[in-house]
Amino acid sequence: MAPTRDEQLWMYRHMVTSRKFEETIAGIYFEGKTPVFNMADGPIPGEMHLSDGQEPVAVGVCAHLNADDVVTATHRPHHQAIAKGVDLDKMAAEIFGKKTGLSGGRGGHMHIFDADVNFACSGIIAQGMGPAVGAALSRKMQGKPGVAVAFLGEGAVNQGAWHEAMNLAATWNLPFVCVIEDNAWGISVPKEASTAIANNADRAAAYGIPGERIEGNDPYAIYEAAGRAVARARAGEGPTLLEIETYRLAGHFMGDAEGYRPEGEKDALFAKDPIPKMRAKLLADNVATDAELDGIEAESAARVEAAITFARESEDPAPEDALAKVFAA
Amino acid sequence: MTKSNERKLTIARSMAEAVQQEMQIDPSVFVMGEDIGALGGVYGNTRGLLEEFGSERIRDTPISETAFIGAAVGAAQDGMRPVVELMFVDFFGVCFDAIYNLMAKNTYFSGGNFKVPMVLMTSTGGGYSDAGQHSQCVYGTFAHLPGMKVVAPSNAYDAKGLMTAAIRDDSPVVYMFHKGLQGMGWLGTEAGATVHVPEESYTVEIGKAKIAREGKDVTIVSLGMGVHNALKAADKLAEQGVSAEVVDLVSLVPLDRDTIRASVAKTGRLIVVDEDYMSYGVSGEIIASVTEHDISVLKAAPKRIAFPDVPIPFARVMEQFCLPNPDKIVAAWNQMKAA
Repeated sequence: MAPTRDEQLWMYRHMVTSRKFEETIAGIYFEGKTPVFNMADGPIPGEMHLSDGQEPVAVGVCAHLNADDVVTATHRPHHQAIAKGVDLDKMAAEIFGKKTGLSGGRGGHMHIFDADVNFACSGIIAQGMGPAVGAALSRKMQGKPGVAVAFLGEGAVNQGAWHEAMNLAATWNLPFVCVIEDNAWGISVPKEASTAIANNADRAAAYGIPGERIEGNDPYAIYEAAGRAVARARAGEGPTLLEIETYRLAGHFMGDAEGYRPEGEKDALFAKDPIPKMRAKLLADNVATDAELDGIEAESAARVEAAITFARESEDPAPEDALAKVFAA
Repeated sequence: MTKSNERKLTIARSMAEAVQQEMQIDPSVFVMGEDIGALGGVYGNTRGLLEEFGSERIRDTPISETAFIGAAVGAAQDGMRPVVELMFVDFFGVCFDAIYNLMAKNTYFSGGNFKVPMVLMTSTGGGYSDAGQHSQCVYGTFAHLPGMKVVAPSNAYDAKGLMTAAIRDDSPVVYMFHKGLQGMGWLGTEAGATVHVPEESYTVEIGKAKIAREGKDVTIVSLGMGVHNALKAADKLAEQGVSAEVVDLVSLVPLDRDTIRASVAKTGRLIVVDEDYMSYGVSGEIIASVTEHDISVLKAAPKRIAFPDVPIPFARVMEQFCLPNPDKIVAAWNQMKAA
């Protein structure tokens, strides 16, 4: 089923918001890190993994989810968090390590947790599989509505944790969707050098479940495939594996010189940037006018600016707050 | 003291009874693990539960510890209270990421917005010639890493109350039961672990040590199987006119340092008995807890009896040579007295 007009505009708005967020973070990230790059310096210390170019995956899938549904994401989580409806102010504050952050600064950008929208992410490859499958089990056992979606990179399918959890989800016929974002690179190692088969969706056969690969980083095709997968899960028909071709327009992390990329690859990817492509399609299909899309872009930029301002102006946590929240209150 | 007309249970049965009673009153409690269904657990601690609760809530898993422990984290965060079994603690090597990076850290990394109320029960200990991939305790490894409560009962009364408390706790609890205390005849059984267990539900406080035997000349601190070695040593010492106090830690996290310090302040001497490896572990932590607090209470240098820093050997004579026993505790006292 094709997305409605409202859904298309929702997807566009969240893609744009995500991109604006990443671009803004990227600009701030190097504050205090020049002329000498030291990851510990500046208002946003630590590693930073940006999702520029991967927005279609997040919106195409999350368009089918609501706050009750569970999502686990990875070390590169911002686009999915934004599409899932994570509180943008508190997420920005967490990335800045502020007291007002989602976790009071304990987690940072690789540990975004928002219980209000059932979103969690973690920093180790394939780690989110178990918790997502467990949440799906919980919904099935409780007879509560809701599905669980684990987002992972294509490198994650070579982890044992991934295979164990896929088998568990399939054996127990759980309301679960595994979404592989294939950005073709595991840091510096290309997929063909790490993975025995070209199409990871073929691995679904190993677990007796449907698998589908979606080419072209196309939010419309992703929307349709994800719709089928989420509907199957909601109907109690079990898990689905999706592998989605997407583009990593940024480095693995901020500061990555990307010397491993073939000459011209990034230019070719930027030429296929999904955001201008979607804008052109919305116009060509007469879904929205230039003025409407300009309005969405301006609103997204303002929303991001407000979140960043909130983060910058928030106070730091008290150092001794480090000692609290180890156990449940 | 157990009266003759009181009901005695093994640790295995008392664990199962605690889980059963919590499952009867709380539909969010369920059990996952390998062979915990029809078999009733390799160590008997889920026996009878499948018949009462069915295979949805008494859920045999594939041999996929990373997946089902990770799944327990996700289910716990979603409102369930899973009790999962890691059959041998030695198997943590295949699934520790789910344990110490997810189960133990998600509460903190979420600023307390996610709770992970789950119990990870796992068997420890050797003494029956199963060699070093099926006989370890690794208490110190779990207790070292923040975010997990860790308990280790020495008897069936505590085993039931700790399990009930662990299931009701909103934080993850690692429940380490010693195979030699379990009451499974084929593993050999320490008779002292099978004690009176009330039928009604009750809790034993996590983080509170117990005085297993009062004394005034020396404090012997231990946990699990070591408590029984300490009690036997105390009997032998009593024949020499020495009055030994035995502290059963019950919990490693939180560690009840106050009870340890108070006992050593009274006796002035400290022996720690630990079946885990000697170095960088529980025994050193107990001694440091006393010495960094007030070294002046000690009349003699503390002693520790722990597993030497070698993999656990198979041959019976070699394994028994390495394990703590009452005679080693008595010998430690004699050295302490001679010093």
